[in-house]
Amino acid sequence: MRNEMKRALLNPLVDNNPITLQVLGVCSALAVTTSLLPSLYMCLALTTVAALSSAAVSAIRRYLPSSIRIIVQMTIIASLVIVVDETLKAFAFETSRELSVFVGLIITNCIVLGRTEGFAMHNPVGLSFIDGIGNGLGYSLILILVASTRELLGAGTLLGITVLPTTADGGWYNPNGMMMLPPSAFFIIGLLIWAVRSWRVEQVEKPEFRIHEVHRTEVL
Amino acid sequence: MPEPQPETTTARDSVGRTLAVAFLVSLLCSSLVATAAVLLRPRQEANETQHIRRNIVEVAGLLESGRDVEELFDRIDTRIVDLQTGNYVDDVDPLRFDPLEAARDPARSLVVPEELDVAGIGRRAKWGSVYLVRTNGELTTLVLPVWGRGLWSMMYGLLALEPDANTVVGIVFYEHGETPGLGDQVGKRPWRELWPGKKLFDESDELKLEVVKGRVAPDSPLAPYHVDGISGATLTGRGVNGLLHYWVGEHGYGPYLKRVRSQSEGS
Repeated sequence: MRNEMKRALLNPLVDNNPITLQVLGVCSALAVTTSLLPSLYMCLALTTVAALSSAAVSAIRRYLPSSIRIIVQMTIIASLVIVVDETLKAFAFETSRELSVFVGLIITNCIVLGRTEGFAMHNPVGLSFIDGIGNGLGYSLILILVASTRELLGAGTLLGITVLPTTADGGWYNPNGMMMLPPSAFFIIGLLIWAVRSWRVEQVEKPEFRIHEVHRTEVL
Repeated sequence: MPEPQPETTTARDSVGRTLAVAFLVSLLCSSLVATAAVLLRPRQEANETQHIRRNIVEVAGLLESGRDVEELFDRIDTRIVDLQTGNYVDDVDPLRFDPLEAARDPARSLVVPEELDVAGIGRRAKWGSVYLVRTNGELTTLVLPVWGRGLWSMMYGLLALEPDANTVVGIVFYEHGETPGLGDQVGKRPWRELWPGKKLFDESDELKLEVVKGRVAPDSPLAPYHVDGISGATLTGRGVNGLLHYWVGEHGYGPYLKRVRSQSEGS
């Protein structure tokens, strides 16, 4: 059991990362990663929602009629997202304005529904909770890497603290404006996936289709 | 005619159980959401008020880093104006007055006639707030709240004017839902920096200020009244025109601005 817990927590970090392996939740990873602070709040919000919704769905999994199971999961996820969003508006007002709709969009984040439907429906409460946290952390790891790169190269700061003094402020660093735009997150995530799959070769997908070379003799 | 049931069906898939589970889950989830919304409301409202105050202080040019916004806001004199006559009224608490809330109350508001409603607001309160900044007793800046419909959303903003009630000191839109990357430039610095120095009215007191499509020709006689449009956001620009024309016009703060102007010329 302890091993299972450990697996559920650590497996999503690299071996089964929701972003780099399953390629889910990319929309918000592109949108909120211009700077590190909003990304941290986004990670916290998603991890909370994933953990609590997995635990809640797991708790009622034996009573859940299969015809309405998806809509019930969505209801639970949506309610938790609203609670998290309202909490951010009350206690982290400025950041919640920056995150705008993206906290609300956790409802449609495939990572959360993927874990409740794919894992919590078949596993006990504690394990599902840990699995939600693990996947939240897997998402967070990528988000923090992408956001740190973008903020550092795009604005020369980290969490708003100057690391590379920019030329505009009399320093030497000329910020890369593209890092402030969503496409840069695509490139960084692409490079991360490449790096992870070069390290863990088993993650490389098998080609679904390969052109078969035909020799004249075979046709006949 | 009973339908053939799949073999795996158990009691939990019956219609009664399905309805019961759906009902209970909805009940629990809605109470959770309602509790959170009610408990967190006071804090959220305090945040909103502080956010607006911060913007008032900023657009008036008083913002200093390291100073508390509340302390800076206390230097600003908040007054209530009867929009129809343009006179100050004293029987409304200026710090509690919320023009948006008052606009929903039929006793304290009026319907904006459709042909005058260029801002698309429908109703407005009978009174309006003004924020006055004084330096050594002399009026230096006045700030008016303005709002109106953009392309997608209500845009809420603040317009700061010099005491001649004609020259723009600054403008800010602190809340809107315009298109990210295009219309949302209304809230951003580069566009806001085009505004200071622009004039609302020409010599014959005609309202001339306008956001135009494309760039303003610098040698045009209308250049002091025209602001560059935001490319890709013509309709947002039209919304800004509509709301400014409404709020500084006759049905908005027009009578009040006239009074301020005559005072500043008289002194």
